[in-house]
Amino acid sequence: MADVDKTRRSFLSRILSALGALAVLEAGWIAASFLGSRRRQATTGEGDGLQVAGPVERFEAGTVTAFREGEFYLARLKDGGFLALHRKCTHLGCTVPWIPDEQRFTCPCHASAFDIRGDVLNAPAPRALDLFPVRIENGIVKVDTSKPVRRASFESHQVTWV
Amino acid sequence: MSLVLFLMLISTGVLMIFVYEPSPQRAYQSILFMEQEVLFGRLIRGVHYWSANLLIAVAALHMLRVFLTGAFHPPRQSNWIIGLSLLFLILLSGFTGYLLPWDQTSYWAITICTEMLGYMPGIGPTLQRVILGGTEIGSATVINFYALHTIVVPFLLAMLMTWHFWRVRLAGGVVVPRDSGDGPEIGTDYVPFIPNLLVREIAVALILIAFVLVVAIVFGAPLGELANPGVSPNPAKAPWYFLGFQELQLHFHPLFAVFVIPLVVAIAILGVPYLRYDSDLSGNWFLSEKGQRMAAVAAGTALLLTPLWILVDEFVVGPGGWLPGAAPIISDGLLPGGALAAGVVAFYMLLKKFFSASKNETVQALFVLLVVGFTILTVTGVWFRGAGMALVWPWQM
Repeated sequence: MADVDKTRRSFLSRILSALGALAVLEAGWIAASFLGSRRRQATTGEGDGLQVAGPVERFEAGTVTAFREGEFYLARLKDGGFLALHRKCTHLGCTVPWIPDEQRFTCPCHASAFDIRGDVLNAPAPRALDLFPVRIENGIVKVDTSKPVRRASFESHQVTWV
Repeated sequence: MSLVLFLMLISTGVLMIFVYEPSPQRAYQSILFMEQEVLFGRLIRGVHYWSANLLIAVAALHMLRVFLTGAFHPPRQSNWIIGLSLLFLILLSGFTGYLLPWDQTSYWAITICTEMLGYMPGIGPTLQRVILGGTEIGSATVINFYALHTIVVPFLLAMLMTWHFWRVRLAGGVVVPRDSGDGPEIGTDYVPFIPNLLVREIAVALILIAFVLVVAIVFGAPLGELANPGVSPNPAKAPWYFLGFQELQLHFHPLFAVFVIPLVVAIAILGVPYLRYDSDLSGNWFLSEKGQRMAAVAAGTALLLTPLWILVDEFVVGPGGWLPGAAPIISDGLLPGGALAAGVVAFYMLLKKFFSASKNETVQALFVLLVVGFTILTVTGVWFRGAGMALVWPWQM
C-alpha cells in the first residue's frame, strides 16, 4: 500500500512540475512575441531605398561625394568607375569621414582607415567598407540603399561603369 | 558604501523618471529642461551621475579587497559569483543609462558597444538586433534601454544585493584582515550591532553623501551636443569604465577583443573560488611575504609590458597587422592573441620556477597581472588617446 501511495504521489508531483514548466515556457513565449512584434512594427514602413544621386558629369574622377540621407559616399575612381560606400565603419559602426587631403576615410573611433575603394588601409577594421548597388540609367546615377552588401575587400567587378 | 550609493541612485533616478521622456525626439530636450528649468534638476542629475561612477569604482575596489584577502574561499565561494554578477549588473546599468541623454557621447558610445556584440560568433547579430530593436539605434532602442535601466536592472540588483548580504551573514560575517604572523583562528569578541557598528556605518554614509553632493554641485553631470548619426565625434570614447576594453579593440581583431579574450578572462575570474588550493586560509593580505613579493613582480611586469605592447603596436607593427598580407583574423587576431597567451603561460612557468610558490600565490600573482594590465589599458584610454585615437600626452588633449 505504501509503495502504491509513493508512486502515485511521485507521479502526481511529476505531472505538476511538468505543467509548471509548460506554464513558464508559455509565459516566456508570450513575453517574447509581445516584445518581438513591437520590433516588426518599427521596421516596416521603409521605402524601397532607391536614391537618385545625380547626373554622371557631376562627379569628377577621383572624388568622393557624401550623401547624408542615404548614409553613403559616392566614390568615382580615377578610371571613372562608380562605387557607393556605406558610411559605417566595418569595425564598430562609427561614421567615417572622408579626408580629401589624405585621400582616405579615417574612423574617429578606433583609427581604422580605408582608401577610396573602401579597402582597409589600417586595422582594426576587419573588412572593406560595405557597398550599396549602383545603377546608371540614362546618365543618372542611382543607388539602392535598402541593404548594404558585405565584402572582404575590393574587387574590380564591384565597380559600376558608365 | 555601495548600498548608500545604490539608495541615492534609486531616489534621484525615481525623481528623474518624472521629467525624462524616452524618445529620440524628446529625450535631449527633456534633459535640457531638467538642467535649466527644473528646480534642483542639475543637482539631482549630478548626484545620479556621480553616484553611478563612484558605485563602479567602489564595487571594483571591493572585489579587489575580497580577492587579495582570500575572502572567496569556502564557505564564501558562491558569494564571489553573486558579487561578480552584481558588478556585471552595475556595469549594465551604467551602459543602459548612458544612452538616455541622447547626446553625441551617448549615441556613439552605444553604437560602438552594440556593434561589438555583433562579433560574437553565432548569437551575436541576433543579440544585437534584439537589444537595438532594429538594425540601428532608434526609438525602439531608447525604450529598451529605458525599461532595462529603470526597472529590470535595478530590480535584479536589489534582489542580488539582498542575497549577497545574507550570504555574508551566513558565512559568519566578513573576513577580518589579520597580520600574516597570526594563527589561523583568533578568538573574536563580539559587540552589539547597535550602537557600535551602526554608528560607524552612519558616519561613513554621511561622509559619502556629503562628498557626492559637493562633487555634484561643483561639476554637475556632463551633457554634450544633440546626437547626430551623421558625424562621429573625434575621438569617440566610451564611458571611462569601458575604456580599458575599448583600448583592447585597438590592438586585436574584434573577434578576439570582443569575444575570445573577455570570455577567457571571465571564465578565469568566475573559476577563482573553484580551483583546488593548497590552503583555504582567508584573511591575510597577499597571503604571505612571498605572496607579496610575487604580486609586486606581477604588478611590475604588467606595468612594464602593457605600455610596451601599446607602443610597439602603435609604432612598430605596421597598419597591416603582425603579418601584412595575411587575413586580418590571423595577422591581427590569432598572432597577437597567441603571443599574449604564450606570454601569460611563460610568466606562470617562470613564477613556478623561481618562487616554488603555492597555488594560492601563483593564482594571486596572475590576478594582479591581469588587474594592473587592465588598469593601464584604462588609464591609456582615458588620458593618452586623442583625436583619431592616436597616442598623445594628457596635456595635449
